[in-house]
Formats: sequence, C-alpha cells, structure tokens
Amino acid sequence: MPLLEVENVTKRFGGIVALDGVSFVAQPGEIVGLIGPNGAGKTTAFNVITRLYTPDEGDVRFEGKSLLGVRPSGVVTRGIARTFQNVELFRGMSVLDNVRVGAHARHGDQGADDLLYYVNLHSLRYRPASELPYGTQKRVELARALASSPRLLLLDEPAGGLSHEEVEQLGTFIKRMRDDYELTILLVEHHMGLVMSTADRVHVLDFGRKIAEGTPAEVQGDKQVIEAYLGATS
Amino acid sequence: MRLKLALEVLGLLALAALIAVMPQLVSSFTAYEMATVGMYFIALLGLSILTGYSGQISLGHGAFMAIGGYTTAVLSVNGVYGHHIRDLWTIPIAGVVAGVAGLLVGIPALRLSGLYLALITFGIAVSFRQIPLKFDHFLGGTSGKVLSLLKTPFGLSATPNNWIYYLTWGIAFVLLVAAWLFVRGKPGRTLKAIRDSEIAAASSGISLARYKTLAFAMSAFYAGVAGSLYAIARGFMNPDVFPIVLSVYLVAALALGGVDSFLGLIVGASAIYVLVNRTADVTQWINHLPAVNLNPQRPGMPDVIFGAVLIVVLIILPTGVGGALRRLFGPLTSRLYSKS
Ligand SMILES: Nc1ncnc2c1ncn2[C@@H]1O[C@H](COP(=O)(O)OP(=O)(O)OP(=O)(O)O)[C@@H](O)[C@H]1O
Ligand SMILES: [Mg+2]
Repeated sequence: MPLLEVENVTKRFGGIVALDGVSFVAQPGEIVGLIGPNGAGKTTAFNVITRLYTPDEGDVRFEGKSLLGVRPSGVVTRGIARTFQNVELFRGMSVLDNVRVGAHARHGDQGADDLLYYVNLHSLRYRPASELPYGTQKRVELARALASSPRLLLLDEPAGGLSHEEVEQLGTFIKRMRDDYELTILLVEHHMGLVMSTADRVHVLDFGRKIAEGTPAEVQGDKQVIEAYLGATS
Repeated sequence: MRLKLALEVLGLLALAALIAVMPQLVSSFTAYEMATVGMYFIALLGLSILTGYSGQISLGHGAFMAIGGYTTAVLSVNGVYGHHIRDLWTIPIAGVVAGVAGLLVGIPALRLSGLYLALITFGIAVSFRQIPLKFDHFLGGTSGKVLSLLKTPFGLSATPNNWIYYLTWGIAFVLLVAAWLFVRGKPGRTLKAIRDSEIAAASSGISLARYKTLAFAMSAFYAGVAGSLYAIARGFMNPDVFPIVLSVYLVAALALGGVDSFLGLIVGASAIYVLVNRTADVTQWINHLPAVNLNPQRPGMPDVIFGAVLIVVLIILPTGVGGALRRLFGPLTSRLYSKS
C-alpha cells in the first residue's frame, strides 16, 4: 500500500486553479520528486497535504486513511513533517529550542541533542535562529522536522539559496537521511541536478495539472516537460 | 544551560530578599508607592505572556484590571452571603473572573491579528467604562463603591502601608515565579513558536487556538489580580480608578521594560507609577534641562513626557531595558553556556 495517496485533488483560489485534478502516490521508502515551473502548484500541493489548505475536490490519504478530517496541528502526529520554501523558523528562539518544538509532537525533547549532531548544528545550539546564515537556517528547519520522528518528510525547495557545493552535499544528505530514519520523502525542487540524482520517481506539474510522471530519465526526455520548462523560461 | 538556570534562580532569590527588607529601608509612604508599582508589575507580567510570548497585542488590559477591581469591590462591599467577605479572599476570585473575561475575548481574537486586534481590544477598554454606569445600583455608577479599609491581619505590627506592600509584592513574587516556571519549559516554547511563525507552529503540532486563548486568559487573570489589589489599596472603585489611557500605558511600559523580560518590567511598572502619580515632579526634573520650561499644570503634560521618554528609550534601547540587560550579559553567559 502506498504511504501517501493524493487523489484527484483540485484547489482553486478565486479564478486561479492552483491544482487541477492532481493524483500521485509515494511508496514507503521512496524519494519522490515534484517539479514544475513557478506557479505550477507544488507548494499548494504541500499545503493541501499538511492541511493548511482544504482541497475543493479529491482526497489525500496517509497510510490508507484520509487526512481531510485532520486538523493542521494533527498532521505531524500522524507522521508527516515538512520544511518551508521561505524558511519558517522560530526566529526569536535558539536553534535547540526550535528543534525541541519539533520534538513536542512526539514525546518531549529527548533526542534533540543527537539530531543536532546529525545535522552538524550542535555547536550552534544556543544561537538565536535569526542570526544564522540562510543555508544554516534551512538545516535548522530540517532538524526541527526530523525531531517529530516523521515517516513522511516534505521538503519544499531545500536547495534554494544554497551554494554549489552545499547542493551536492544536500543530495547525499537527503538519501542518507531517508536510510537512517526510514523516511519517505517528497521533494519539491527547481534544481534539476538535485532532483535527478536523488529522486526515485518524479511527477511534473504545470499550471496545476500533472503533465508527466516517471523515473528521472523518463521525465527528462518527455516532450511536454521540455515544452513546459522552455515555455516558462522564454 | 544549567548555568542560566542557576543565574535565574539566584536573581529570583535576590529579588525575594530585596522585597523582604525594602520596607525597613524606606518610609511608609514610599512602601505604599512601591506597592502600587508592584500592582502594575503584576499586570505587566500577564501582558508579557500575552504579547512578549504569544505575540498577541492588547490595548484593553485596563479593562481586565477594572474587572478585577469591581469583583473585589462588589464582593467585599455587598457580601454575597450577606456578610463581609474578607478582602483577601476576593483577590483570587477577581483574577478568575477577569481570566474568564480574557478567555471570552481571546476566542474572537483568534481571527484577528496585529492592528485589528489592537483596535478591537482598545474598543473593549473604551466601552467597558459604560458598564459601571449602566449597572449603577450594583457597581456604584460614577460615584463608585467604597471598600472597607484593609486592616493588618493576625495582629501583625506592620503599618497598613507596609502591609499592602508585603501583600502586593508577596503575590507579585508568587506570580513571577509561576510565570517563570510557565515560560521556561514547553509552554513558553510553544507560545514563542506561535509568535514567530503560526504556520510552522501548526505544522509542528501546536494547536494555535488552545494556546492563544490560554495566553489571553492567563494575562487577564494577572490583570484581574492587579486590579483587585489596586482597589483594595485605594479603598474605593469607580470608572476613573482605571482610566482608558492606562491600557495604553501598560503596552508602552511593556515596550519600555522589554516585552519578554520579566525583571525589566519592574522598570516599566515604575514608569507608569511615576507618570500617573508624580507628574509634577517629572516636569520639574525635565525643567532642569537647559532651555526647557514646561508648565506642569498644562493638561496632557504627563502624556507628552511619557511619550517623549518612550521614544528616546526605544531609539537607544530598541528591545527595552530587559533586552539591553540581556545584551550586556549575553556575551558573558553564552560563552559560559558553550562550555557547560
Ligand atoms: N493562498 C493563496 N491565495 C491565492 N493564490 C494562491 C495561494 N497560494 C497559491 N496561490 C496561487 O496558486 C498558484 C500555485 O502556487 P504555488 O505556490 O503552489 O506554486 P509553486 O509551484 O510552489 O511555485 P514556485 O516554484 O514559484 O514556488 C499560483 O498561481 C499562486 O499564485
Ligand atoms: Mg512553491
């Protein structure tokens, strides 16, 4: 059984159809890429899965059970954690306290120390999150998400704003994290190199519709996908 | 981090000692003045939990103080069981009544943020004034209600001024420790998380509605206790005991003290006291400056001065007095933390 099933989801904002009958699944242990040009609906899909938005049509199921009856604050206790495209840290709190809040959803704040070593932030644990460079803040967000012991992790553009080397390390790190914590990962990313090297399967959105799915190689050669990206950049 | 805890406990113990010996060092009248500062301090503690921690603003906390004051006035004057209820018993009741009112305001406040919340709560402060006038047979209208003067209990030899001092600062200390215990662990982190990012807080499993209304109720409880003490100390209660502008002073004093710095709030509370009760003195101090000649009798003068002081302080110390202290000691303590 798939861990996550997004089924025929439509989400409208006034006249804009941000998601138009989108379906995809994530199998346990997979890294699933979700790509598409700007405004394609990727973040909206994350917001629907985490219940910040309620879809107009369709269903989202996690471990076979619908999430539509779950409150936004109940999603993480089901086992879904996320990061945000534009870093949503608790800026006035220390790195450690950010991670501890992530751990609240589970049992307490044990394990926060281990996690901080894992993401290599332990020496910065008492620093206010707002004082850290952007790339480091993204790691804090990742640690906070991991602290809730999720089974599904949603990453919204984790490579955004990172340097070339950082992106390469990130790719390795994402796969290592999946193995060490037995995660399933949904990865939204514009950095094609990263998606192609880490994802097991890729789904492509354009203007709210799913236009392709397959292995990274299959999707890369897809005519519609190439057109969507060229159309978006020209 | 253990060091930080030790420092905080030490600070609390030092404060307790200071509170205990202070009346021996100052005149009875000064002790009474300090008691009043303690009442503002209690109200500011609550406001700090609301604004400094949960990130919600209230320009209506004077109304919660008034609810506390009226609760005490009604219970001790009329006596619900047909006899005199001791003033002291009414203090926690006043806190609870105000706390329930705070909860009721906190629920619609969930839908508002920032400026709108400020406006609505200010509207509450303004319209609350009408309630004692409307129910004048019960609440005493404009002329108000006279409370029996607080007597020193149990044959203690303290003067009434020292007694109200110890009563107020005793309660203030307990409520300070309670607030400290509340914010230093999981609940404090939860409120700060909501303040810093609602969507990240919700996605971390935090129920925004539960904690935001809890913060409102707690802060109103503190304001209610403060208002009750104030009514007891003054010996009467009418709509002018807590003027509308007090709500604004409270928020300004919070900024002055540093929104999430409990000890800095004592500075903020003193500022309110001086502003409300010692206007003429303040004007005189300022007149010592070269080329300044203010007339203390001019209406609005205290507000102008308070406003000017606030602006100057916030330019020099944008995070208030508490924030400045933290910055002063921060480099020292964080170096020590990293070793612990
Ligand atoms: N809360 C909202 N209110 C109105 N419109 C919205 C809202 N959220 C998203 N949209 C619109 O939905 C569409 C999809 O936006 P979304 O943020 O999901 O795109 P995206 O694929 O994440 O793009 P990007 O790569 O730029 O992050 C856009 O047209 C956007 O303007
Ligand atoms: Mg996006």
